[in-house]
Amino acid sequence: MRNLPGILVAGVAATAILAAGSVLADQANLPSIDGVELKTRVDAPEGHPLPEIISGFEFRTKETQALELDDFTNPGFLMVENGEAAWSTVEGSAGKSCESCHGDASESMKGVRANMPKWNEAAGRPFTLENQINECRTERMGAEAWKWESDDMLSMTAYVGLQSRGMPVAVDLEAGDMMSWWEKGKDFYYTRFGQLDLACANCHEDNYGNYIRADRLSQGQSNGFPLYRLKWQKMGSLHRRFKGCMDNIRAKAFKRGSDEFVALETYLAWRGQGLSVETPAVRN
Amino acid sequence: MASSKPRVKVPKTASKDEVITIKTLISHKMESGQRKDSDGNPIPRQIINKFTCDFNGKTVFSCDLEPAISANPYLEFSAKVPESGTFKFTWVDDDGSEYSTESKIAVE
Repeated sequence: MRNLPGILVAGVAATAILAAGSVLADQANLPSIDGVELKTRVDAPEGHPLPEIISGFEFRTKETQALELDDFTNPGFLMVENGEAAWSTVEGSAGKSCESCHGDASESMKGVRANMPKWNEAAGRPFTLENQINECRTERMGAEAWKWESDDMLSMTAYVGLQSRGMPVAVDLEAGDMMSWWEKGKDFYYTRFGQLDLACANCHEDNYGNYIRADRLSQGQSNGFPLYRLKWQKMGSLHRRFKGCMDNIRAKAFKRGSDEFVALETYLAWRGQGLSVETPAVRN
Repeated sequence: MASSKPRVKVPKTASKDEVITIKTLISHKMESGQRKDSDGNPIPRQIINKFTCDFNGKTVFSCDLEPAISANPYLEFSAKVPESGTFKFTWVDDDGSEYSTESKIAVE
């Protein structure tokens, strides 16, 4: 493994990592895509468990970063293009497409991803982007719901998510009963699971920047999802990543879209507040 | 992804004999033939095995692709442009199908 300049070096003590981090914080040039700057490091507000909020982008090699910073080389855009086509495709008994109600996605969907998960009063629970898309499909379009990890769903969440790229993650916890979901997600984050008896926090709070075998641990931020993961060789949802983590610690994973994962997504969005949405990000 | 969709990036204009960079990306699962499905049966190999780039009917770049190449193969190469014309890109699939796209360039 090479040590890249400007990126955390493996194997140093946590305090040294933080010292290096603060030097990097005043980086002169933020990474940008077509002129849209990405805030990959932001100061944590008071009461936040992390000293600094850092996007997974910063933990990857410069080669992986370069893939994300050019929309042509970013393989996630293959799915974004599918999503763009699906946006204006009429489906279902109501004879509508997304476009029929929402018009131009670059206007109407701006900021939507940044505020997810969002409280839905009618359902009495937070809605992730996937929940919202499926509600539109079943309730307004009269179409069948998409499966969580289907190519159709990933394409649409990637396309809608892209419209918020560069905007800060800002989940509204004041709405409805969001706080109880946040609490539930927080409990999840600090609860040890599986045969390896690990909680999210053991890796992503106590050890970010360190190597776990050949992989560098990030803070486990959610701002780039859905993202193209080189290991998966395709796009994947945040809940797929959750499941992967749970499999790794030899726990029985919850289902994609389960209340547990939605609560965790809510809590993670709060943990990553202020980071730029990077959808569709590229990770290793 | 069921259908393979190519993307190419070629400059629209170039000066005579300029060496330009061409980038190509195609969506393809590149199934290696080494994997097994959940029942333990081998998944048959299906990859893009050949890529060619023609300029005005003459091949300027081509390569064979092998099973170890990852899904959605990305290729980047350079070409010298002596005159205005059309680049034609062709990807050949194991199942015999061909995916192709064209891109025009003007020499100023």
